[in-house]
Amino acid sequence: MIEALGYEFMRNALAAGLLASLTCGIIGSLVVVNRIVFISGGIAHAAYGGIGMAIYLGIPFIAGALGFSMLTALIMAAVTLRARHRSDTIIGVLWAVGMAVGVVFTDLTPGYNVDLMSYLFGSILAVPQSDLWIMLAMSGAILIITVLFYHDFLAMSYDEDFARLRGVPVTFFHFLLLGMIAVSVVMIIRVVGLILVIALLTIPPYISEKYVPTLSRMMILSTLLSTVFTVGGLWLSYTFNLTSGAMIILVGGVAFFLSIFFDYGRSAIRARKRAG
Amino acid sequence: MNDPVIEIENVLFSRNGQTVLQNVNLTVEKGNFTALIGPNGGGKTTLIRLMVGLLKPDQGTVRVLGKPPAQVAKRLGYVPQNLDDNERFPISVFDVVLMGRLKTFRRWPRYSRADKEAARKALEQMEMWAFRNRHIGQLSGGQRQRVMIARALATDPEILFLDEPTASVDTKHQSEFYEILKALNSSATIVIVCHELMMINAYVKSVACVNRCVHYHDHAEVTEEMIDMYQCPVELVAHGLPHRVLRAHDGGGGADR
Repeated sequence: MIEALGYEFMRNALAAGLLASLTCGIIGSLVVVNRIVFISGGIAHAAYGGIGMAIYLGIPFIAGALGFSMLTALIMAAVTLRARHRSDTIIGVLWAVGMAVGVVFTDLTPGYNVDLMSYLFGSILAVPQSDLWIMLAMSGAILIITVLFYHDFLAMSYDEDFARLRGVPVTFFHFLLLGMIAVSVVMIIRVVGLILVIALLTIPPYISEKYVPTLSRMMILSTLLSTVFTVGGLWLSYTFNLTSGAMIILVGGVAFFLSIFFDYGRSAIRARKRAG
Repeated sequence: MNDPVIEIENVLFSRNGQTVLQNVNLTVEKGNFTALIGPNGGGKTTLIRLMVGLLKPDQGTVRVLGKPPAQVAKRLGYVPQNLDDNERFPISVFDVVLMGRLKTFRRWPRYSRADKEAARKALEQMEMWAFRNRHIGQLSGGQRQRVMIARALATDPEILFLDEPTASVDTKHQSEFYEILKALNSSATIVIVCHELMMINAYVKSVACVNRCVHYHDHAEVTEEMIDMYQCPVELVAHGLPHRVLRAHDGGGGADR
């Protein structure tokens, strides 16, 4: 791995992975405690519409994907505002329509020869320096917003009604949260691809939630876990010459099942102690 | 004492085309301790949510402390029915109570020393200070309910709304709980959804029967007529043993339902 860092693409990959991990830790935790995993999946897949458009118009991937996922996020925020857990159908439709738009635009693109797989499963080994700066700005903005409004997000996520009574502009923060999800999704598509976004967004917070008592520590632990998954997956993919996005998710998946076995074992031991 | 803090006039509220409340007129005076009783689905929770401004009436007006409730929301304390579905949420007891002091767009630090002091006082009042660092999911239903009340107290409310606060509190702690409310009542008006007749008779100053319409009685008496007419289920509990204090009905329903 150390000698691999001699290559610029490897250094860029590592930097992109670390930035995406920070975003995953923060936004993934908010996604999990707010139970809006499905909405995030919808935003991620609808982003494909923007990718197709970017290919067709010949503009940078980040501009197309960000514009499109932001638009979808705003529509979903408006739709889910009243019934946050009961808008599955509309989310599902936006999810599919976004992808269909992407496919049609790539069809329309003359002499189309873009590697579709790189968007579906990530292209962390091909992140240009310019994208890194954009990712740095994005994750910096997400970090600052979350630190500034941590208590508002916490109150809104825990008890929306009470937050409303305390004068928290819940509608504004709901739109802000979905907007931040859109930004994170675009970053994470770079790392693991849009099919695997949900895994990287939810596995670390899901594991963390069981071991820490507060949302802030959940964000920190999730960030650390994402970092381990990303770096570990990258190393395995380099060593064995396998797809990096898939390896990152597999490392996460293994950790996920290990944590379940660990919990199971721990409660079994406790039960035996109690019985004995 | 004749200073009205809640004025509801001709309120109609419907959900999905179904009328939940209609022709509701209710005035609660300052310093009152009002119990809302009524059957499930009768609109008690809806009425409370209208009073704190989380819902808006289709027709009629709701004024709290002389203003539309949304404008005075920060001066109201609200204890929702239960948050049991959210018990895995990663948050400590102290952070839940601090939420009662939350003000958006305030400069750092977001919680002042005075806020933390208010949260401490509220937790001590509910005898939950020792649990302040616990994860909310580690508490029993009754303990969690006390934390929710502490959170409402931390807001230093002028009116305290409680939606079935004793649903998961055992009978032994109920009278203790009502003693606390009685003490709070010296500084705050209290509106509570409850079913325990003994508590109503012992602590409450007025009763409102809510079953699509609202019938207000300005004394703490639950009559057989009220139970019959408005189908108010009232639990008659004393010393942990349910027993009948009202005459049985021919139909066998009614009081000891």
